[in-house]
Amino acid sequence: MAVEAETLIVDYGMGNLRSVEKALSAVGGRPRVSADPDAVRRAGRLILPGVGAFGDAMGNLGRTGMDEALREAARDGVPLLGLCLGLQLLFTHSEEFGSHLGLGLIPGKVRAFRAPGLRVPHIGWNQVEDLRPDHLFRGIAGGSYFYFVHSLYVEPDRGEHVLARTTYGHAFCSVAGRDNVRGAQFHPEKSQDNGKRLLENFLAL
Amino acid sequence: MLAKRIIPCLDVREGRVVKGTHFVNLVDAGDPVEAAARYDAEGADELVFLDITASSDRREIVTRMVRAVADRIFIPFTVGGGLRTMEDIQAILRAGADKVSLNTSAIDNPGLITEAARYFGSQCIVVAVDARRASPWDEGRPRWEVTTHGGRVRRPLEAVAWAAEAAERGAGEILLTSMDRDGTRAGYDNVLNRRVAERVGVPVIASGGCGALEHLADAFIEGRASAVLAASIFHFGNHTIAEARRYLRARGIPMRPA
Repeated sequence: MAVEAETLIVDYGMGNLRSVEKALSAVGGRPRVSADPDAVRRAGRLILPGVGAFGDAMGNLGRTGMDEALREAARDGVPLLGLCLGLQLLFTHSEEFGSHLGLGLIPGKVRAFRAPGLRVPHIGWNQVEDLRPDHLFRGIAGGSYFYFVHSLYVEPDRGEHVLARTTYGHAFCSVAGRDNVRGAQFHPEKSQDNGKRLLENFLAL
Repeated sequence: MLAKRIIPCLDVREGRVVKGTHFVNLVDAGDPVEAAARYDAEGADELVFLDITASSDRREIVTRMVRAVADRIFIPFTVGGGLRTMEDIQAILRAGADKVSLNTSAIDNPGLITEAARYFGSQCIVVAVDARRASPWDEGRPRWEVTTHGGRVRRPLEAVAWAAEAAERGAGEILLTSMDRDGTRAGYDNVLNRRVAERVGVPVIASGGCGALEHLADAFIEGRASAVLAASIFHFGNHTIAEARRYLRARGIPMRPA
């Protein structure tokens, strides 16, 4: 591992890496984007971004051997942050367009919003509440607004893995974590100052 | 609670803001990056860029602009105008836009909505519907037809049904513009907004006709919109986003603190 931990943004062909890269740079990080599993194994810190379909994403991760590299890095204690689809991929399985296996780093499943009258996707600025004590939330007050855009949400099997909740129709887990592995359903890179603060906190882990 | 959104819209041509914004202290009011950064700082919830570039190297010009905007602002933004193929969409998203808005191309080829939503995800596919009341104007049973090319071309589509089809095909949002109200500052067509919002299960962005703060509130309350698009009310300095936010909050509409 490098002396100064490098933050590696995992490129697996899904979504807007540029925004994540720019936001990390804006808070003093020195991010690097890579599609190389070996680089993932050597990284000091990992961000798994992504938008799009769960099945396609796991397909891409599996084809390149990135799934195993991510599991190894997580096992080695490397701080890992999943964003949006990246959070969902950390879980055991998803029910989106059939059933798909995820990375299995946090036990639980990914479910679709299905309440009657609820507009899906859940799009816009919503509040993140019930924050558990975690370095990720340093300087972030409960009730702070972050930008969401998603149709599915995660449901950890164990309550201790729920780091924060948000309400849309019902309360759902908007930040999950287990040891060095964490994920946020919202897009910190699109959430102005609150988002920058959260990324800054991740860089300090 | 999920906040309602205020979305300023910027018209751009050849990489420059047209109509001009009347912000004070902008070094270059025609620079989309400066205008976007200003709106970001003022607390806009999102931005929409509507591109009307006509030149043959359009994609390159727009892509360059999108990249420059993405480097400076940390709120989501949508780019629409002239996107006809999966490659066009991909170029804009890769350059850093969060969403694309499809209009004419979606009408000409509805399969594009399906394909784009499947490949890029519904969350980044907005379908813009430009609707005009079909004559005769009948308040009892109004009908709206779909138009393109700034309202000049009528399409054989009923607007509410078309919005519903677009959502079923995977559009994550409907950007609904009343061509009767666009540019009039007489208020949104909230009968139209409500009709579409009640028909589709995705968020509706109301557009066309905003001239005063109460129009924004009307679109949320009467029109059941999830977001409002506005141009001149903010560009010409009549009102700031912060003012709009304060006003709407006082009217009981959930707003994010600026």
